[in-house]
Amino acid sequence: MLRNLSAFIAGSLFGAGLLISGMTNTRKVQGWLDIFGDWDPTLAFVLGGAILPMTLAWWIAARRARAFLGNDLPGKPGTTIDRNLMIGSLMFGAGWGLVGLCPGPAVASIGWGGVGGAVFLVSMLAGMYVAPAFRIRFNQMAAALH
Amino acid sequence: MPMDWIWGLVGGLMIGSAAAFYLLVNGRVMGASGIIGGLVDRTGWATWAERAAFIAGLAIVPMLIKPVYSVPVMTNITSNIPAVILAGLLVGVGTRLANGCTSGHGVCGISRFSIRGIAATIFYLVAGGLAVIVFRHLLEAI
Repeated sequence: MLRNLSAFIAGSLFGAGLLISGMTNTRKVQGWLDIFGDWDPTLAFVLGGAILPMTLAWWIAARRARAFLGNDLPGKPGTTIDRNLMIGSLMFGAGWGLVGLCPGPAVASIGWGGVGGAVFLVSMLAGMYVAPAFRIRFNQMAAALH
Repeated sequence: MPMDWIWGLVGGLMIGSAAAFYLLVNGRVMGASGIIGGLVDRTGWATWAERAAFIAGLAIVPMLIKPVYSVPVMTNITSNIPAVILAGLLVGVGTRLANGCTSGHGVCGISRFSIRGIAATIFYLVAGGLAVIVFRHLLEAI
């Protein structure tokens, strides 16, 4: 129960941060990606601001055996930059640039995103639903090419 | 310094604090695509309540803040619905294939100097920049 409460608090703070930072505004996100247009550097402040407390958190986590609520902390991150990471990130980035929404802001703005926001969210969930099957087919095709 | 940048920094610090809280209290990496995707494809079903609680906070709290927030908030989503559908599918499949999005690979990955997180961030930034060039400037579709 306590774990669910703290997850709710984290989600709430994340959502409030997304709103206040301007990241639920697709124009600001696309403005950041538009380096040859009217470039908007706001996202650099958002990312920089977010990385600061998180760097401290990883530093603390490295000195603890367990999380405060007793469960395991995440293990060491993988080190291989594989095909799935590259192609998946390229696909994600293309969609992110096309509309200016990533998964967090898509959920955070659902209350006022209108039809476009709802269509994006449903399409994203559909994409997540088919992703495991896509991954299998994609890796079969890639293996066949070798 | 423009107010937008200051709000960006303040909001960013809140996002990072949320990620720090989720890591240190729950022992989890705060990646939006992983938290949501694990419910959608059922791979994270064992921790469904924790995920649902996170998503509930993420969806409800901005809705409550927006009316009392001093800055007008708009999403400005393009009215080109086929583009919205394509983008949603790309974001859904892509983040799950890559195992992370802006929060997981970006915020949580870069801050622990993860080579995968840094590489993913470079790839999605490049693809995002290209998408804006192609769809906004060349095709003028968005």
